[in-house]
Amino acid sequence: MKLGSRPVRLAVAAGGLIPLAWGLFDLATDGLGAEPVEEITHRTGSWALRMLVLSLSITPLRKALRAPGLAPHRRTFGLLAFLYASLHFTTYLALDLDFRLGGLAEDIRERPFITVGFTAWVLLIPLALTSTRASIRRLGKRWQGLHRAVYPAAILVAIHFVWSAKADWLEPGIYAGVLAVLLGVRGVERFGQKRSNYATIRRARSPDETDAQGAGGKDQEAGPQAVPTANPDPKGKTP
Amino acid sequence: MRTVPNLPENQVTDPAVYLRRREFLRTSAAAGAALAAGLPALAACGSENPGEARADAPEPKSPPRALAPVTPAPARFRAEDPLTPEKDAKSYNNFYEMGTDKDDPARNAHRLRTEPWSVSLTGEIAKPGVIALEDLLRPHPLEERIYRLRCVEAWSMVIPWVGVPLGDVIRRLNPGSKARYVAFETLLDPEQLPGQKRRVLDWPYREGLRMDEAMHPLTILAVGMYGQSLPGQNGAPLRLVVPWKYGFKSIKSIVGIRLQAEEPVTAWNQSAPGEYGFYANVNPEVSHPRWSQARERRIGDWRKRPTLPFNGYGEQVAALYAGMDLRRNF
Repeated sequence: MKLGSRPVRLAVAAGGLIPLAWGLFDLATDGLGAEPVEEITHRTGSWALRMLVLSLSITPLRKALRAPGLAPHRRTFGLLAFLYASLHFTTYLALDLDFRLGGLAEDIRERPFITVGFTAWVLLIPLALTSTRASIRRLGKRWQGLHRAVYPAAILVAIHFVWSAKADWLEPGIYAGVLAVLLGVRGVERFGQKRSNYATIRRARSPDETDAQGAGGKDQEAGPQAVPTANPDPKGKTP
Repeated sequence: MRTVPNLPENQVTDPAVYLRRREFLRTSAAAGAALAAGLPALAACGSENPGEARADAPEPKSPPRALAPVTPAPARFRAEDPLTPEKDAKSYNNFYEMGTDKDDPARNAHRLRTEPWSVSLTGEIAKPGVIALEDLLRPHPLEERIYRLRCVEAWSMVIPWVGVPLGDVIRRLNPGSKARYVAFETLLDPEQLPGQKRRVLDWPYREGLRMDEAMHPLTILAVGMYGQSLPGQNGAPLRLVVPWKYGFKSIKSIVGIRLQAEEPVTAWNQSAPGEYGFYANVNPEVSHPRWSQARERRIGDWRKRPTLPFNGYGEQVAALYAGMDLRRNF
């Protein structure tokens, strides 16, 4: 079965929902401990971050493994990240703030740790909304630019996590490190690309390969690693 | 009481060292029954609390025991709020020496050996020295106190403590005129307190009170909760409880008490001076830099409730801070 095929994509999405199902089970069976609100907040926040890391790992992995079939999972993980981030934010808004918008405004204004976390979530909203194939087609080139917002969002999420810790920065530090590597790989690559672009006589319309590109159907197959010759079974491509 | 010369605390023998020495003497001299007899207040009745047992946790080195006799809390020391369920108070803990997650302390508490236990008493007192816990407590009847506990992280509990007023203990030490502060220190032993293997804070944990705060009748040295001796995760065998201050002031597993002229260095203040002050009085008006202190979640509730000044003990303690700017002295 091909990595990017529909059954695999569905399986990955279903797998990404296991933590949610697990959490709901714990909620129903009183398994969230003495302070369920804190537990829900921590779990949803952690899973949002993990999904974001997975989403950002897809492109480097796809290139390293020369496995174009991985590409569609980037969107799946991105949407899962947004789902968990939204549950995280809603928990805070409902149970910490009692939906008091004044309290939300005060937190965003006065507490940098909330400011960056909230900003990250807001940055992810348009990305989630434009994750459909139709949006990718409609926005064309601009879609890439828009979806590069995932990088600042990821950095803000890492800062949010570090600032939420009281004194033990081990876990947030590990996530920040992984994110730094994932973003660093892209920086190095971009830098390398630019140099090689200058060195050679401009190749015919080199497709500007970025991560922000092509979460959906056709676009994800574009780019140097995914030209039809690299794909043994072009018919297997999902349009 | 065995006495030692009047030395600064850092020159006194490391508590872990003399604890091991005592352990050796004890185990060679007496069996478990004789050991229990050394602390008459702690009748060895065994734990009758199956709900607390964790199937996966190894036997604690020092299992909790029922405490008797205990004077019930008089009205002024009895919060009206419903008690926090015992299993919550014993499973949701901040005790970084046993790990930084809330469930780490209950999981790691079995490593802590609390019998025998000694406390070094130093500084501006008549006879500095090291005293066995049972000798320190013997003159003082055990009392119950039902107090609200407000954590700096904006959650709270209501806990029935068993202990003795710290003021009574201090009076027996005959403090000198230079004694203006009391400094406390937690056991330093990464084998028993594995969280100390990582330098999350500058171990050992240290806390302190101004003399008038220490002498206040609300302030107790606790040895038990819910009618039993303290479990490791709650700071066995001896901890401070200061109900009008954020929970981190109520230092756990105390091995050192020192009376001194200078304001003591305290662990959280040293770690993040902009976030945790020396006074740390519960104050809904003064936000932690990263979150509001105006509201708190009582463990067991879904929604938050307003936080009261001095955690609701203002009538009894506000006078201690008359004329002080509590925004500056947070």
